[in-house]
Amino acid sequence: MSSHYEAPIRRPLIIGDKSYHDITVEVAAPVEGKANKLWWTAFTIALLAFLWGIGSIIYTIGTGIGVWGLNKTVGWAWDITNFVWWVGIGHAGTLISAVLLLFRQKWRMGINRSAEAMTIFSVVQAGLFPVIHMGRVWNAHFVLPIPNQFGTLWTNFNSPLLWDVFAISTYLSVSLVFWWTGLLPDFAMLRDRAVRPFQKKIYSLLSFGWTGRAKDWQRFEEVSLVLAGLATPLVLSVHTIVSFDFATSVIPGWHTTIFPPYFVAGAVFSGFAMVNTLLIIMRKVSNLEAYITKQHIELMNIVIMITGSIVGCAYITELFIAWYSGVEYEQYAFLNRATGPYWWAYLLMMSCNVFSPQFMWSKKLRQSITFSFIISIVVNIGMWFERFVIIVTSLHRDYLPSSWTMFSPTFVDIGIYVGTIGFFFVLFLLYARTFPVIAQAEVKSILKSSGENYKLHRDAGGKNPAPGKKVIKAVKATSEPVEEVLGEKNVLLGSLGVFDKATQTADDLKLISGVGPKLEGVLNNIGIYSFDQVSKMTEKEYDLLDSLLDSFQGRAKRDDWAGQAKNLKNNG
Amino acid sequence: MSSKVIQAMYNDDDILMDAVKEVRAAHHHIEEVYTPFPVHGLDKAMGLKGTRIAITAFMYGCVGFSFAIWMMNYMMIDQWPQDIGGKPSFSFFQNMPAFVPIMFELSVFFAAHLMVITFYMRSRLWPFKKAENPDPRTTDDMFVMEVAVDGNEKELISFLENTGTVEIKVTEK
Repeated sequence: MSSHYEAPIRRPLIIGDKSYHDITVEVAAPVEGKANKLWWTAFTIALLAFLWGIGSIIYTIGTGIGVWGLNKTVGWAWDITNFVWWVGIGHAGTLISAVLLLFRQKWRMGINRSAEAMTIFSVVQAGLFPVIHMGRVWNAHFVLPIPNQFGTLWTNFNSPLLWDVFAISTYLSVSLVFWWTGLLPDFAMLRDRAVRPFQKKIYSLLSFGWTGRAKDWQRFEEVSLVLAGLATPLVLSVHTIVSFDFATSVIPGWHTTIFPPYFVAGAVFSGFAMVNTLLIIMRKVSNLEAYITKQHIELMNIVIMITGSIVGCAYITELFIAWYSGVEYEQYAFLNRATGPYWWAYLLMMSCNVFSPQFMWSKKLRQSITFSFIISIVVNIGMWFERFVIIVTSLHRDYLPSSWTMFSPTFVDIGIYVGTIGFFFVLFLLYARTFPVIAQAEVKSILKSSGENYKLHRDAGGKNPAPGKKVIKAVKATSEPVEEVLGEKNVLLGSLGVFDKATQTADDLKLISGVGPKLEGVLNNIGIYSFDQVSKMTEKEYDLLDSLLDSFQGRAKRDDWAGQAKNLKNNG
Repeated sequence: MSSKVIQAMYNDDDILMDAVKEVRAAHHHIEEVYTPFPVHGLDKAMGLKGTRIAITAFMYGCVGFSFAIWMMNYMMIDQWPQDIGGKPSFSFFQNMPAFVPIMFELSVFFAAHLMVITFYMRSRLWPFKKAENPDPRTTDDMFVMEVAVDGNEKELISFLENTGTVEIKVTEK
């Protein structure tokens, strides 16, 4: 149909000959299948790191912030570095789902679900640091303007730290509802496929009874669009406000008006790098290479290249302005960053963030999966050091040379940081096994415009893969094939066992996903009534069934009727 | 009025769209269409009115904005004006620039959450709500059109069969 037209120059976003049903099956497969050894190994490592982190947090709260490497000169170090690093990573998800939605970029659909999950999980990690840094965690609610026993003691709304509280909690909660609303149709898909009662119950609960009425879809699309419109300025505001934590102070190296756009670009940069890290692994492990294609990775690499270059321009602008301002303190701060005792951190930041993304100008390199993965890790390291450089090098040389010092982290600092990485991966690994990791409903809606086979049909005159309209024949089929069909029926029943209506009760075959009332009728006509019979099906029986039912080619095998029936038989 | 409906199932969105147009042209009443993904233009083809949910979002945003102004004026200016860092809190308008970030955040907070809650209430979506799709395949790859029967069952069935349906079911609603 012409309405699905997409220019041939756009590369396909869904590889292979997929039908709507194939998308369902392949997105549901990681959830319905069993976890492999690799998953359990990764999960165990992440869980151990998380437990170590919990131990370090408990030790910090029990003993005091003194167990960290902070001193009276360097009062912010690993904690705030980690906080800004995690918030930055949490920017890509909303950028992909909101900004790319406003720009009608179809490639967002393969990756938005996981990017949003990553956003939410990393903002959770980010939020931990300021809370722990408070020391008396049990008073954390003091950051909220809630009525208290002091009567008129309110929070200070002039403070950027309080703006941060509002910005990050709004960001976290809005991202969460955005994510969940998009998940409803996909949870509904899992619910309607679920065979075991427990899974069915859980996914019914999670899908909020999503039904897919035309009106619901109309509202769904409008809500997504408005949420995207709201989330776009929101995501820009979050890192802007994080940068205000520094920019509104009078510390040389922090007191910079360029900070908000520079921080936002840096956040998008690190966020996309983390999305690349996670998705390059996930597309392989969960067999989703048809949906998260090389094209997706290449486009993310281009975003990394552009935002990395913006960050590079910001670094150079800072240096220029420090020199041009004529302010000695400012000049010293930047000279000290590059040539002082933390020169190695500065060099690491420059080479990872400015130099390494420039490789992406080469088409060959940005299409290489291995290279993209390496760069994504390099960028994550570089962006951690960027925050470390900004925070620690500006503080360790303060106004009094007698208090000049260095910062070294203790095992508790490291423990909490590693712990949050563990926590993040615990959440992400659990997500990858229980959530529909691709927005399958949305991907189905672009199948006809961006699916490889559909594009081939339009551009090169291949066969249209869409099911055609069935023409009702005026003349009924002659009786000749019936004999042959009867013969096949008998062969089929011979291997599946004959169902005796008098002694056995028929099962509800509609419970098998892929079987509807009509198909059930057809199966009953053949003589198949029970799960027991269906569960005995093998390759041979599937082929026989296909020859009997010409409109359901290969469906029984793809849906694994036998496996489903076995489950149903045992649970029934 | 009879509550009998015919559920015609389709296996392709384009066939469904044509069918919807044909059924509408023949003046049969489409009760509902269930689809596994948003089919663009279906709401217009069915003659559904546009949704007003974006307007509610704007109004909720205004509520959030006003709430932020009221809250910060009450807490910082009205109830206990303090001089913080040499910046006294005597007048709302002079202190206003510092309040802009939170005014923005609360506008977004109210607009986003209340709009989503409105959407969930209007579309009857909440935890423990039972799904009402007529066939589990409608969240997979099947499209179901429900057409009201008005004493013309036979005629309607043969009409729908010509629109490319793959399954037809008559049920009481």
